[in-house]
Amino acid sequence: MFESLGEKLQATLADVRGRGTLTEDDINAAMREIRLALLEADVNFKVVRSFTSSVKEKALGADIVGALNPGQQVIKIVSDELTELMGGAAGDLAFSPRPPTIVLMAGLQGSGKTTATGKLARYLKGQGSSVAVAACDVYRPAAVEQLVKVAGQVGVAVYEQGTDENPVKIAKWAAERARSEGKDVLIVDTAGRLHVDTELMDELAQIKQAIKPHDILLVVDAMTGQDAVNVAEQFAAVVDFDGVVMTKLDGDARGGAALSVKAVTGKPILFASTGEKLDQFERFYPDRMAQRILGMGDVMTLIEKAQSGYDETQAAELERKLRKSEFDLDDFLDQMRQIRRLGPLKSLLGMIPGIGAELRNVNIDERDFDRLQSIILSMTPQERRHPELIKGSRRLRIAKGSGTNVQAVKQLIKQFEQSRKVMRQVAQGKMPDLGALMRQGGR
Amino acid sequence: MARDWSDIFIVDGQPPADGRQPEAEQPPGTRRIGRFARLRESLRKTRQALQSEIQATLFEDLSDETWERLEEALIYADVGTSTTAKVVAQLEQEATEDKLTGGQELSDRLVELLTEIAKTGDDRIDLRAEPTVILVAGVNGTGKTTTLGKLAWHLSKELHRSVVLAAGDTFRAAAVEQLEIWAQRAGVGFVKGGLGADSASVAFDAIDQARRQGADVVLIDTAGRLHTQDNLMAELTKVRRVIAKQIPEAPHETLLTVDATTGQNGLRQAQMFAEAIDVTGIVLTKLDGTAKGGIALAIASELGIPVKLIGVGEQLEDLRPFDAGEFARALVS
Repeated sequence: MFESLGEKLQATLADVRGRGTLTEDDINAAMREIRLALLEADVNFKVVRSFTSSVKEKALGADIVGALNPGQQVIKIVSDELTELMGGAAGDLAFSPRPPTIVLMAGLQGSGKTTATGKLARYLKGQGSSVAVAACDVYRPAAVEQLVKVAGQVGVAVYEQGTDENPVKIAKWAAERARSEGKDVLIVDTAGRLHVDTELMDELAQIKQAIKPHDILLVVDAMTGQDAVNVAEQFAAVVDFDGVVMTKLDGDARGGAALSVKAVTGKPILFASTGEKLDQFERFYPDRMAQRILGMGDVMTLIEKAQSGYDETQAAELERKLRKSEFDLDDFLDQMRQIRRLGPLKSLLGMIPGIGAELRNVNIDERDFDRLQSIILSMTPQERRHPELIKGSRRLRIAKGSGTNVQAVKQLIKQFEQSRKVMRQVAQGKMPDLGALMRQGGR
Repeated sequence: MARDWSDIFIVDGQPPADGRQPEAEQPPGTRRIGRFARLRESLRKTRQALQSEIQATLFEDLSDETWERLEEALIYADVGTSTTAKVVAQLEQEATEDKLTGGQELSDRLVELLTEIAKTGDDRIDLRAEPTVILVAGVNGTGKTTTLGKLAWHLSKELHRSVVLAAGDTFRAAAVEQLEIWAQRAGVGFVKGGLGADSASVAFDAIDQARRQGADVVLIDTAGRLHTQDNLMAELTKVRRVIAKQIPEAPHETLLTVDATTGQNGLRQAQMFAEAIDVTGIVLTKLDGTAKGGIALAIASELGIPVKLIGVGEQLEDLRPFDAGEFARALVS
């Protein structure tokens, strides 16, 4: 399987340790690995070429100082350089001072425009905007129905006129309607089109001309290969888009297309779509993408996810309980639900560097959690507060009630006692052996 | 000469008495371009892009730079580093052993090598089982539903098979409606499940209906899924298992749609889907853009799964049998 670039560089430069400086030979060997890794990550080969030459320049003569070993030193240079190329800080949509702000979505077929339209609508609605979406894909069978359904799911207005009207006219009509209905944002979904289809590209230019959008977003599939450069260049030439939405980032594609698109057009990547559920959509952070392309995990995203998914007051209450050792099975259930709210455990694990590689092939069955939940839910409130009550006949009743067996109930209580112990230690300021816990969890 | 539909499908019985294939009905609302014009047009773009690269290299003296540029050309076509290295090493070895002289010979040999790699396993589709069950799967947005719609049309209008389309994508909004429109266009049978039905039960019903009506082919659509979603991949395995329970040899054909613009992740896709449902062939879609679809070569080379069909546009006739030689020439000639 993929070995991360980090590991490869460490191996390539292992013997440099102790010599003090990187020689040109060392650098060349490292550059070969970097070149291969970037090509395997689908970064366009021309972008790779210019990138490696600039990294090489910086790495040559760099002193090995401080705590970094030569491998880490090169990784740092590569990572810094990549982050800079990806565009540093996260960008945002341009909002019109006079609503509605009009956002035009464009892209190839199957890149995920309609889903992204729904997700963006949900995202902006969540920020307090009143949002409408317009259905301008009159070509793909049932595309209008799809947008109507998606809009219904996220609870925003949808403006559609079926498939008999011309998309330019629909867009114009929708813009006027958004204005008269006082919407803050109108997101215009369009048909997928090939960048070499002059007829449809011309139509897109006409839509732009007709509605004068404040933001044009190009939707790009994270799995796109070398051709991403051609696509981005053509769309930039015809409609001069403002930013990019990367989709299907929940897969295991390295997403080098993001780097290619940024490098050749200079347009920022604004959003990342990370799953099929409509809430799996987030701001795009270039530095994290740089880490992903290099295969170094995504710690920041995980931290932020945990923060946004976690209720502060609940956290304070939990802390109080932990200190007083009042943590019971109800809290355990709460904890489990909190964690599951962050998304599938597997995708969370993938964001932790080091663990990603180790656990990539560990199968985490989300249904195990369902089973645990149903066992706890089959207990009486008193039993949840005092698990030590659960003996013979109670255990049998719980097993039957949850559709599991006595063994499973026993194991759950044992696991609970263990985690209570760990939490008590944490609360008391002792760091438990997380490695041992992981190994236990992975079984 | 590109392959024709009659080259890819294995069917029983003789062509009509006069020995000619029946004229296909005009697809509704299509811009009629000559039979292969669209394919040629799209392949021409590919050719032009690479022509300058390759010719500038191979007709000059052989040097390290030559091989480097050939490497880049293949990488640019999304062939991937490992298959590229394999091809270039082989060609370089033959060149240094003086088996090949001159640019033209090298160029020809290159195409030959690529063709050999692209041609793997059995690249035909056997329609002799009654009913023949064809399962189609793939990552989201790779063109499953469109491919099925076109395939249904060809099987029905050109090969005169009676077809049942099964709307197994019960997840994506309006996927059922999308396939239903294709079924109407192709004039074939259509089976969908109730609200919230699972794909396996839709597949079951479709096969059941096909057997009762004596239909020739059952085409089963599935929801797009990323190969990394274990639970969804397990669901797909279940669909396959349910099909096999009804007809032990089925599905007779399991096609994976791969978007030609896909990069190296395509290899992982093919590998994971192959593990889950034993993929027998690739449908390489969206070859009408500027993408070369080189990932199909990597899939053929590393996993031995052949491409059977290609998609070169949105019109009904834009689904074509795959021709390894033409594909190889398009990659580099």
